[in-house]
Amino acid sequence: MDLDPLFAPGNMAVIGVSSGNDRHPANVIFFKNHLRYPLDVYAVNPKGGMLHGEKIYKQVSEIPEKVDLAVIAVRAEMAPDVISDCIRSGVRSGVVISGGFAEVGNIDLQDRIAALAQEASFPFIGPNCLGIYVPRRVDSFFLPIERMVKPEPGNVALVSQSGGILVDLMIKFAEERIGLSRAVSIGNKAVLNELDLLDYFAQDPMTQVLAFYIEGFGKDEGRRFVLDARKCPKPVIVLKSGKSPAGKKAVSSHTASLAGDYQSFSAALAQHGVVEAENELELVSFCESLGAYQRFIDGRIGIITGSGGHGAIAVDACSKRGLTVPAVSISDQDQIREILSENIQHIASINNPVDLTGSGVDEDFVATAQKLFALNEIDCVIVLLLPYLPGITSDIGSKLSSVSRQSGKPLVAYVPHVDKYDMLIEGFELNGVPVSPSIEGAVLMATALRRNKPC
Amino acid sequence: MLKDEIRNILSASKKWGWVMEPDAKHVFSIAGLYVPRFAVVNNPNEAAVFADDIGYPVVAKVVSPEVIHKSEVKGVVVGIETRDQLEQAFAGLQQIKGFSGMLVEEMLVGGIELIIGGTMDYQFGPMVLLGIGGVGVEIYRDTSLRMAPIDMNDALAMINGLKAHRLLEGYRGTSPIAMDELCKTLMIFSELLTDLDGLIETIDLNPVICTSHRCIIADARIILAKKG
Repeated sequence: MDLDPLFAPGNMAVIGVSSGNDRHPANVIFFKNHLRYPLDVYAVNPKGGMLHGEKIYKQVSEIPEKVDLAVIAVRAEMAPDVISDCIRSGVRSGVVISGGFAEVGNIDLQDRIAALAQEASFPFIGPNCLGIYVPRRVDSFFLPIERMVKPEPGNVALVSQSGGILVDLMIKFAEERIGLSRAVSIGNKAVLNELDLLDYFAQDPMTQVLAFYIEGFGKDEGRRFVLDARKCPKPVIVLKSGKSPAGKKAVSSHTASLAGDYQSFSAALAQHGVVEAENELELVSFCESLGAYQRFIDGRIGIITGSGGHGAIAVDACSKRGLTVPAVSISDQDQIREILSENIQHIASINNPVDLTGSGVDEDFVATAQKLFALNEIDCVIVLLLPYLPGITSDIGSKLSSVSRQSGKPLVAYVPHVDKYDMLIEGFELNGVPVSPSIEGAVLMATALRRNKPC
Repeated sequence: MLKDEIRNILSASKKWGWVMEPDAKHVFSIAGLYVPRFAVVNNPNEAAVFADDIGYPVVAKVVSPEVIHKSEVKGVVVGIETRDQLEQAFAGLQQIKGFSGMLVEEMLVGGIELIIGGTMDYQFGPMVLLGIGGVGVEIYRDTSLRMAPIDMNDALAMINGLKAHRLLEGYRGTSPIAMDELCKTLMIFSELLTDLDGLIETIDLNPVICTSHRCIIADARIILAKKG
């Protein structure tokens, strides 16, 4: 099945608009795409008529051009007819927003629309989903556009079994300024599931990182997913929910008790180099750092800080996550000391972490970073920046970013996130360096670079 | 490809839903894994003849389709040194429900007790497990899991993934276990497990006793798939 029309449609039909109720999901979808997105949009309802001056087509087949994407928001029992009509009219893809299928026990109805689509190679997302969001391109979410928080275009694709979680993740992406390539709420995944999207996004030039929120796979689908993910040259991140067993089954086997559903899930992911995020914070941090850097590191971290306490917390977080913070040799320490400004030469604590104290200036951070990046024993630097220190300017982000770029090694920054420090944060982010609002988050970003590795 | 001999053993056990220890040991022996020398006997005399042949000490265990967990019904007698003790063991085990024979086997001394297991996961198919074994296996919960089949690197990573892996490498004067034998055992097991997809639900090899020379399956249990 060709999924291109789903993610880059030239036009869209919204089936099920209401001429009397503008809160109807189909109306929301129709108007937001009609007014805000660069594609032609057609309204469809068998009753016909007009929708605020726009013609309502009675059938998809009446639409004067071939339809790339049909967004279907009709009552569940009408879905088979509507899908048959789409197939007959040569519609190239679909999103079925409607609920009322397997999630409420109507398995037969869902199987019927899946069979229709499979037979005709008609790719559709859903049912019971929000569908597809591609920044500045297309948006099948039935959420009023003014209420949505929309991440900027970028290179991370998000796939979620839950629409609600997806929208929340998009808010977090926007907050952390992580760019999004595509977001897909797959709902009941009657036809297209995680596997299809993994295979498609692995080839998608707009996507460099694939992130999935997964509640559970179908029979043996987990196995196929991890085997495909292993072949995918891009990082694949998974957040799983439903980790605790639903109930205690009486098991007569030790192995069955030790190798529960979640244990097997987690082990299979790790075995095939899929990065498992434990929670939303991890998922967001992993997406941000793997969006910036796709090369593996061993996880030998150099830390530069303006405060001893920040350095100590970072070291603890590193060691908890299996990252090492190698000691710096005496001769390297001496060399670093020599290049520091005079007034901190005798108060800075120079090992790893390098603590430049509250009196360090931009040039001290830059010189130290150059030196640490040049050391063989270090393959990633975390800088803990306190923007309120008098010697730090808002240029430091772009200065440090350029040191990282020249060295070819990744840099991750911690900067407290308040509006006041935006310019400093942007100095990093516009230059492709991920910035976390917490020390723990910065360490997680480095962890992702280490974990993104076939075992 | 699953050997016919193995398939036949599994079919014959279907009526019980699981494969009893002697048959299970045959299965793993056919697959190329080590099991102790053993015999199933029906009277004290046969037991004594076999024990004389392999030499004391020996272990005696109940064979019964109704007993999945032998130690819970005192169905295992270890450290049998004499013919008298062997006869006593027979008399005791004979009382256990469903008694259909007594397994006599050489007693393994020394080594480290591991568990090697297999399950058929709904989402991921055959999964192989390695852990610190023995009766405390569900207390320690020190295990590594992988999708089967596994290669040499996976096997080594599984061993290194155990919290107690240093115990296997020789700790405070004990000699290290035969790592290559353990890896080989895991790989052969994982291949067999892959071939058993659809036929079984779980396998417990507990304990597998590893010494500096070899890994030997001291107890084995196969739970068959509910249907098929």
